[in-house]
Amino acid sequence: MSAMFSMTDVTICYGNVEAVRNVTLSVEEGQIVTVIGPNGAGKTTLLMAAIGLLSARGQMVFQGNDIGRIDVEGRVDRRLCLVPEKRELFSDMTVADNLLLGSYSLRDRSGVQKTLDEVYDRFPRLKERQKQAAGTLSGGERQMLALGRALMAKPKLLMLDEPSLGLAPLIVREIFRTIASLRELGVSILLVEQNARAALETADYGYVLETGEIVQSGPAKDLIHDPKLITAYLGGH
Amino acid sequence: MTSDIAAILAIDGIATGAVYALVAIGTVLIFTVTRVIFIPFGDIAAFTALTLAALDAKRFPGTGGLVVGLACLATVIELISLARARELRLAPRALLFYLVLPLAVVGIAWLVTKTDPPLAVRLVLALMLITPISPLLDRIVFRPIADGTVLLLLTVSVALHFALVGLGLLFFGPEGVRTEPLTSLSTEIAGVLISGQTMLIVIAALVFSGLLYLFFDFTLVGKSLRATAVNRTGSRLMGIRPARAGTVAYLLGSLMAGVSGILIAPVNTVFYDSGFLLGLKAFVGAIVGGMTSYPGAAIGAVGVGILESFASFQSSALKDVIVFSLLIPILIWRSLASLHSEEEIEE
Repeated sequence: MSAMFSMTDVTICYGNVEAVRNVTLSVEEGQIVTVIGPNGAGKTTLLMAAIGLLSARGQMVFQGNDIGRIDVEGRVDRRLCLVPEKRELFSDMTVADNLLLGSYSLRDRSGVQKTLDEVYDRFPRLKERQKQAAGTLSGGERQMLALGRALMAKPKLLMLDEPSLGLAPLIVREIFRTIASLRELGVSILLVEQNARAALETADYGYVLETGEIVQSGPAKDLIHDPKLITAYLGGH
Repeated sequence: MTSDIAAILAIDGIATGAVYALVAIGTVLIFTVTRVIFIPFGDIAAFTALTLAALDAKRFPGTGGLVVGLACLATVIELISLARARELRLAPRALLFYLVLPLAVVGIAWLVTKTDPPLAVRLVLALMLITPISPLLDRIVFRPIADGTVLLLLTVSVALHFALVGLGLLFFGPEGVRTEPLTSLSTEIAGVLISGQTMLIVIAALVFSGLLYLFFDFTLVGKSLRATAVNRTGSRLMGIRPARAGTVAYLLGSLMAGVSGILIAPVNTVFYDSGFLLGLKAFVGAIVGGMTSYPGAAIGAVGVGILESFASFQSSALKDVIVFSLLIPILIWRSLASLHSEEEIEE
């Protein structure tokens, strides 16, 4: 079975510094794949290159097409979407406008209202606050909006950068529940997380990134019981 | 100064300010979407007046040649950059937008000019001929340095203004023009005579600001422009191309500058280099509004107009000195009142 998204020997540099070295990973159709690792391992860098905000050496294939030379907007047009760590919301604009702009890349506008209703069903809080400026939302609501906005583009592969960052534990659980439920929509997910336990509990497959290199990989249910990982990232059992 | 004179000066100032407001709104629009402080907007306004005057005199305006020249240059640059990116399959599209469309506009204008069209058609022709200029300049000059600092973009923008003044002399000649008034109506409100032209200016400014507001609030393209202004990275992640948003912004901005050029042409004699003061005063208005707020820019521009009107009554030789001197305290007040750091502005 060929992967829906794969990176082969991808190296990403900031000037002369190699932030990510020879990373190879793949996401199968309908899978949730997570990349875990400590701060500064290059997880965000990896996603930035996958969406095209950073240039990278190596091969990147999405749905059978080489996307290495395609710009960010072209990748979004092909339904490859990123929810960045900083969320990058349109803070002066209303929640409703933020969501509407999420659908900007869709040529077929007929299904937009339906998708919007689905997003509101998924996140009732957003519906309550649809007339409010995005900048006035709480941290959890912002993450919901960022997720909802990405879903408006009907992504085939959704990349999430630290969705739990800076959120209260209760909200983290809610966000991960939402991520798991996206599987039913047929969305494949590449999830980058520092919260290794929550990520591995949600994911099908996991990669461990340390100082720019993949040091370990395997099915998530195996990784979560790996004694080495437990001491390093999972904080005992 | 009696109250009568004050009223006349105020009305005059509001009319001038309304013209500045159109250009100021265009300046803010371009700045927020592309980070370019587009100094040549005044030139665009002046060129529109010169274009209209040429059409009135049954001559085909030099704008045609200017647009054709810029279109050819932009096409060559676009094709080279596509070839470099090995994206030549996009070439037909590039040819359509950068060559065929501008040439079609010039061609249509050329054909219609021969038929001795009425004033309304001439106005539309003048606007049609002027609107491709800024988007083409954007492609030629600003797109290659789109990721540069605001300062770099501003420096290039100033240089571009001087280049345009030279081109203006080449294409329009050194003669000043004054077009026929758009209306000869006038009305008296509370004992003060208000000319139809003055009312037209104010109404046009209100209508175009209103249309822009509706565009931003009710259309997806308008919202995508706002999104680009608010958060560039965020909007790219939605698939909104900053370059395309920039083109739309330039088209709209030059339409507003064009309208202001048409409105001042019957009131002031316009030369090929008249645009600088117009653009600079609109810029002052935009700065008063903080460069990012449309209502702020409009209010600032009207303020500049009123100040200029009273200043020219006190000392007509020093009116520009008075207006521009005002910029210094305003800039000091602005920099003290806002806590933006250099880095934030760079973003």
